[in-house]
Amino acid sequence: MEIFDGHLLSFLIWAPVLVGALVLLTGKDRRAPAARWIALGGSVVTFLASACLWARFDRGTAQMQFVERGDWISRFHIEYYLGIDGISLPLILLTTVLTMVVVIAGWEVIRTRVAQYFAAFLIMEGLMIGVFCALDGILFYLFWEAMLIPMFLIIGVWGGPNRVYAAIKFFLYTLLGSLLMLVALLFLYNATGGSFDILAFHAFPLSNSVQTLIFLAFFAAFAVKVPMVPVHTWLPDAHVEAPTGGSVILAAITLKMGAYGFLRLAMPIAPDAAADLAWLVVTLSLVAVVYIALVALVQRDMKKLIAYSSISHMGFVTLGFFVFDAQAMEGAVVQMISHGFVSGAMFLCVGVLYDRLHSREIATYGGVIKVMPVFAFFMVFFAMANAGLPGTSGFVGEFLVILGTFSVSGFYATIAALTLIVGAAYTLWMVKRVVFGAIKNTEVEALSDLNRREFWMLSTMAAAVLLVGVWPAPLLEVMQSSVQHLLTHLAVTKL
Amino acid sequence: MMTLANLHLNLIAPEIFLSGAACLVLLIELFIKPARACALAWPLSLIALLISGGLAFGQINNPPLIGLNGLVISDSAAALLRGMSCFLAAGVLFYAQRYSQARDIWRVEYLTLALFGVVGMMTMIGSAHLLTLYVGVELLALCLYGMIAMQRDAVQAAEAAMKYFILGALASGLLLYGMSLLYGLTGTLSLASISANSLTTLLPTSLPLMLAVVMVIAGLLFKLGAVPFHMWVPDVYEGSATGTTLYLSAVPKLAAFAILYRLLEQGLGGWIEIWQDILLLTGIFSIALGNVIAIAQTSLKRMLAYSTISHMGFLLLGFASATTSGYAASMMYALIYAITTLAVFGVMLALSRDGFESDQLDDLKGLNQRHPWLAFLMLLAIFSLAGIPPTAGFFAKLLILQAVVEAGFLAVVVAAVLFAVVGAFYYLRVIKLMYFDAPREDLLAASARGYRPSVLWVLTANAVLVVAITPWIGAIMDVVSSTL
Repeated sequence: MEIFDGHLLSFLIWAPVLVGALVLLTGKDRRAPAARWIALGGSVVTFLASACLWARFDRGTAQMQFVERGDWISRFHIEYYLGIDGISLPLILLTTVLTMVVVIAGWEVIRTRVAQYFAAFLIMEGLMIGVFCALDGILFYLFWEAMLIPMFLIIGVWGGPNRVYAAIKFFLYTLLGSLLMLVALLFLYNATGGSFDILAFHAFPLSNSVQTLIFLAFFAAFAVKVPMVPVHTWLPDAHVEAPTGGSVILAAITLKMGAYGFLRLAMPIAPDAAADLAWLVVTLSLVAVVYIALVALVQRDMKKLIAYSSISHMGFVTLGFFVFDAQAMEGAVVQMISHGFVSGAMFLCVGVLYDRLHSREIATYGGVIKVMPVFAFFMVFFAMANAGLPGTSGFVGEFLVILGTFSVSGFYATIAALTLIVGAAYTLWMVKRVVFGAIKNTEVEALSDLNRREFWMLSTMAAAVLLVGVWPAPLLEVMQSSVQHLLTHLAVTKL
Repeated sequence: MMTLANLHLNLIAPEIFLSGAACLVLLIELFIKPARACALAWPLSLIALLISGGLAFGQINNPPLIGLNGLVISDSAAALLRGMSCFLAAGVLFYAQRYSQARDIWRVEYLTLALFGVVGMMTMIGSAHLLTLYVGVELLALCLYGMIAMQRDAVQAAEAAMKYFILGALASGLLLYGMSLLYGLTGTLSLASISANSLTTLLPTSLPLMLAVVMVIAGLLFKLGAVPFHMWVPDVYEGSATGTTLYLSAVPKLAAFAILYRLLEQGLGGWIEIWQDILLLTGIFSIALGNVIAIAQTSLKRMLAYSTISHMGFLLLGFASATTSGYAASMMYALIYAITTLAVFGVMLALSRDGFESDQLDDLKGLNQRHPWLAFLMLLAIFSLAGIPPTAGFFAKLLILQAVVEAGFLAVVVAAVLFAVVGAFYYLRVIKLMYFDAPREDLLAASARGYRPSVLWVLTANAVLVVAITPWIGAIMDVVSSTL
């Protein structure tokens, strides 16, 4: 078991990458079935490995587990250093589940360059897991940036009409932020006297002004990725143009990478600056929560609406981080997981409609429930979850964040709570216009209900949403000691 | 006492061998009809380059040794760079064969010039004396003029050769003038003795010294193609036949690094105050100008020319940090840049056909649908040029930035990084053309497979190497920095 545990993280990272390369080698579209089955096999194996990780994870400690450490570029003390705690573990599981779902979602929908499509998703899965495992600054950066390449191609090759603009915007926005993070990492390397060890960065004392600069550099990287107002504008473009699978991964996982970055790097490395600048982050989060929710209200395009709703929900996450309260932070992490499932599922629902009518406009649809009752059930369910209905995962996160925020500031909490109204408004209004009402046109009348593949794909997501909603205890238990440890660390000044 | 033994002729065995081989190649045409001569001369040149490279690599563990009465030096860095220059040149000639043959420049003289050019580079790399350094620079330059002008009936090539020749002569003049001033000030041409002078008599505030150093640097910057002496780069890149462009863009960068190292570190190392700021400024301006102007290009070759200017800017930044890790980073940068450029041009050459140059950006449209594999190789190489992980290009930039941060120029790093984002745009455009756009109708129909399978294999190894060395990049870095 020692050997098994000692290489499990490497397996989780590199197995999908290698399977992706294998898928790529199947080449031409006439061998597409092989590409699909290999991709599915790879994602299932990775999921099973991550389930092992979940089972064997020690919940009682905040220490890094499953640690792998070895020299890589010894001259600069860059190490191959992996390890996970209770914050990264749920995100890894989220990644493996969603990659599986995304492979199923693209099964017969993608007809051109099939091998490249599935290869891109598998390679990206490995790289994203790498981000959640890396404990060396350069290794983290490597995974973080490398992940852009497959995503860029996914948006650009299989995306909608405006895909080129969206893909390049996505890439450049992220790159700009990340390069500033790289400068911060290099600075820290020299300041700490020659190490890229993230945990060593956590412990290293820094003066106030240095902390502020470092925090801002990290903030540039993570705020773009989350995304926070005012650097969120790449997201609606990227989401709308990306193929369904791309939107799902973007919303469900890449946004979480930004939030994860705050927890792993920005906050623990510069805790005093984080506290000093909390007002800024909280304000931007509240703007996202309220203003972006209002923006979502007026969207005509379903994908755009969900994209804005994502920004608004991610505002909750950053709010939960920066009020420095245990409940709020746990709520924020739950919200990350929940939003991963819910927004992913919403995009899948839109994808199901889009595959049939090739339109994302809300106005095209109406009365879908009369021809697609099963689909309508799922769509309404996920919409409720998106609006934070108790019993769904959406409720747990938002409730905990608001509760935790209340203990810090009633004012913040009141504003944040507004989203329960606006969020319900935009989601339910969309559902009303798309699912209910009279059948708009003959095209809608001819729609066929979910096939078996779509049914299983959506029910997996529904099961996850329901599970986290009614029984969040295992999830909270996994992250509890890590969150506590982080908050204790943040409370101590590094000056 | 000058005897054959203390001349240490064995130090320049690779150069001697390659010169002999070049003469032999030239003689072939006397005995075999010109039309068929290349069929023999080409493999012979490749073998000669590989053997010569092997000979150079054989010296890699030798202790530094001065030979030919202080004219040449053989140390590990020289061995590594000379060997790599030979191998890169062999790669260039290997890729360029089909293309150049179709354009009637594939002659015995062309190969001879290419070989002598490599001798010139090796001389530059192993120089311990201003005289050898200058001879090497000129030997390379004259070969390049000839190679570019070989395409006699192309107006563009003639223009490029002329422009390169005139501006090159001017730069040589600057370099020589600087060297003569140095000689006047120090009374010696040997780099080691010049360096010894810096410790005792000459202060960096001396005006004649500053003039000398600035002149020398101006000459070097011209050869590198860095701002403000970059004007020749785009025109020469565009005007030359693609095979020649590859030769002059990939291979001489190692030699350029070497002469910077020999002159600035080993010769003028005591007067860092004078040249450090110059290199920092020209470096950052090269990065800025190269990256911004590349965006406006429609020709792939011109775009790569401006991209080269920005890469040379990065190389200069590593140098400007004036630390061992900075020099090592620059050397890594030059090596990785050369290997990546080889792959990019290799794909271009593989795509070209009779009457079709494949040197415009639009020619790459929809490459993923025409040649998915070549498109993938190009993707790897382009991301490496852009410096996106996990490619080698990222580590090259990382090492440079690390060295500059260590030297305390944080603002320079931030500026360089911002321009790297600007630069990412035009690299992404190449990817966009290949992957997102539909192929041009005329190209889709005529997707002939003219290249040899062996070329494709080497090209694959070349481009995949750019990513595949990532796990071992630390070990390679150690080898490279141990040579300095």
